Amino acid sequence: MRTAVDIAGAVNARSVSASEVVDAALGNVAAVDDRVGAFLTITAELARDCARRVDERVAAGERLPLAGVPLAVKDNMCLAGTRTTCASKILEHWIAPYTGTAVQRLLDAGAIPIGKTNLDEFAMGSSCENSALGTTKNPWDLTTVPGGSSGGSAAAVASRQVPIALGSDTGGSIREPAAFCGITGFKPTYGRVSRYGLIAFASSLDQIGPFATTVADAALTYDVMAGWDRMDATSVPREVETTYGSWREDLRGVRVGIVREFDLAHLPDAVAEVYKRAYADLERLDASLVDVSLPTAAYGISTYYLIAPAECSSNLARFDGVRYGLRVEGADVTQTYEKTRAAGFGSEVKRRILIGTYALSSGYYDAYYVKAQKARTLIAADFDRAFSACDVIAGPAASSPAFAFNAKSDPLSMYLMDYYTIPISLAGLPGLSVPCGFVPGENGRAMPLGLQLTAPLFAERSLLANAHAYERATMHAFANVPEISAVPA
Amino acid sequence: MSEKIDVRYVAKLARLDVSEEEVLTYGAQLGNLLTYVDDLSKLPTDGVTATAQVVPLRNVARDDDVRPALDRETVLSMAPQAQGAYFRVPRIIGEPD
Repeated sequence: MRTAVDIAGAVNARSVSASEVVDAALGNVAAVDDRVGAFLTITAELARDCARRVDERVAAGERLPLAGVPLAVKDNMCLAGTRTTCASKILEHWIAPYTGTAVQRLLDAGAIPIGKTNLDEFAMGSSCENSALGTTKNPWDLTTVPGGSSGGSAAAVASRQVPIALGSDTGGSIREPAAFCGITGFKPTYGRVSRYGLIAFASSLDQIGPFATTVADAALTYDVMAGWDRMDATSVPREVETTYGSWREDLRGVRVGIVREFDLAHLPDAVAEVYKRAYADLERLDASLVDVSLPTAAYGISTYYLIAPAECSSNLARFDGVRYGLRVEGADVTQTYEKTRAAGFGSEVKRRILIGTYALSSGYYDAYYVKAQKARTLIAADFDRAFSACDVIAGPAASSPAFAFNAKSDPLSMYLMDYYTIPISLAGLPGLSVPCGFVPGENGRAMPLGLQLTAPLFAERSLLANAHAYERATMHAFANVPEISAVPA
Repeated sequence: MSEKIDVRYVAKLARLDVSEEEVLTYGAQLGNLLTYVDDLSKLPTDGVTATAQVVPLRNVARDDDVRPALDRETVLSMAPQAQGAYFRVPRIIGEPD
C-alpha cells in the first residue's frame, strides 16, 4: 500500500487506520532519512493527533479524499505551531502562527503532516545546496543532489518515506527536482492554487504543486488544493475541473508540440536518446508530433534572472529583525537591519537581493526590469502561438540527470539548469515532469530523467490525463527503485 | 547596457551589510550575470506591453468585512524584542544615549 489513492481507499474502507499508516510513515522516516536528509522538522505529535481525528471522522461515516495519507510540506509553507524556516538562518526558530490554504485544504481532506522538508534557502536554487539548515541527498545516488529548490520534498517522496509532498515552483523548483528524483512533480497554472501561507519569493511566479510517485496521486492532491481563495487576491475565481480519474488509454487526436529551439542535439547523447524514445513513445500512443517554435524562449533565463530577483528583493525586505525572525543589534535601527540581514541570509539570497535591487534602482529600472517584463510578454505570446498548433508541449525537464554536489559552484551555471522550465513559468502555464527513463550516472548507477509536459493556461485536466496515459504506457515511473527507499519496489 | 555594479551602494539600498570580500565576490558574479542578461538588448521590444503577471485578473477588490486576524499577543510573541503592546527597536530619532 504505497500510493495516496491506495491509502485513502483503505483508510476510508477502515481496513487500516490512519494512525497505523502514520506510524508506518514515521517508521519510514526513521529508517532512511538519516541518509537522505529530506526533512528539517518531523511533526510526529501533530501527525498522530491528525491521524486520530481522521480515524474519528472516518468512523463517523465521512469519506475523505486523502484519508490518512502522509504528507510532507516544503518548509516555506506555514503550518500552525510548527517551525517554518525557509531553510534560512533568519527564520531558523520561527513558529508559524497560522496554516496556509493549500496545506489546510489537504489536512481537511484527511492528509497527515509528517514533517517539513528542506529547500534551497527561500526557494532560491536548483540543487538544495543553498539550504542553511541541512543537506539533502538524491536517493538514487547519495553523491548527487536531489535538485531544487523543493529538493527535500522530492527526495522524501522518491525514497518512499511519504506518498505525496508539497513543493513550490518559481522557475522550475518542482519540475527539476521531480526529474532528478524520478517522480512526478506538477506545477499548476499560476493562480490555480492559493499562495496564502507560502512565504513569498517572486510573487508573480510562485506556485504550489504536488510531488507524487504516480500521476494519479499528483492529480488527487491537486484537486483538493486547487481553487479560488479569498486570502490570495491572485488566486483565480474560475471553476476547477476534477482531474483525477479523467484518464485516457492513448493519445489519439492529441497534437504534441516539440519545440524546435529545444534541439536534443544540445544534450549529451545518452540523455538525447532517452528523449527521442520518449517522443517515439508518444507517437506509439497515437499522438501526432508537431514542430512548434518558441523563438523568444532562449531569452527566458535572462528575463527570469531580472524579474525574479526584483520581486525577491522587494518581498524579502520584510525580514528586518523587527517583527519576527533573527535580530542582530546595531548602533541604530539602520545598522540593525543591515547586520540582521547580513547574518541571516545566505550568499545566494544576498546575490539575488543585490541583483534585484540593482535592476529596480533609479537609472536601471527601464533598461533591466521593464525590458524583462516586455520580454516576458513576448515569451508568453510565443506559447500562445505554439498552442494554436498543438495541445501539449513535450520536452526535457532538465538538460542532465542529477549532478554531483559542488558541481555548479558558479552561480550562472546553476541558473542555466532551469533553461527548459523557466519560459513556462514566465508564461504562467501548467507544467509537470513525469519519469521517462534512465541514463548511467557518473557512478554507474541508473539515474532518472523527466519528460516535461506543458499545456495552455488552466488546461490541467488534459495535461494530467496525457501524462497519465504516457506513464501507464511506458511504466518508467515503476521500472526501478532508488538506492535508498523505505519501501522495496 | 552592462556596467560595473557598485555593490556597496546597492547593498546600502538593500539594507545589507557586506564585507570587503563580499564586495569583490558579488561584484564579479553580478557582473557576469549582467553580461549574460545583456543579450536581452538584442530582443526588439518597441511597442511591446510589459507583463507584470499572466493571469487574466485586474484590480481585485472584495467587501471590506471584518474577519478574525492574528491576535496581538501572538504577533508580539514572534518579535525578537517587544515591550508592552509594542515592537521594541533601536533608537530611530536623536542621539544614542
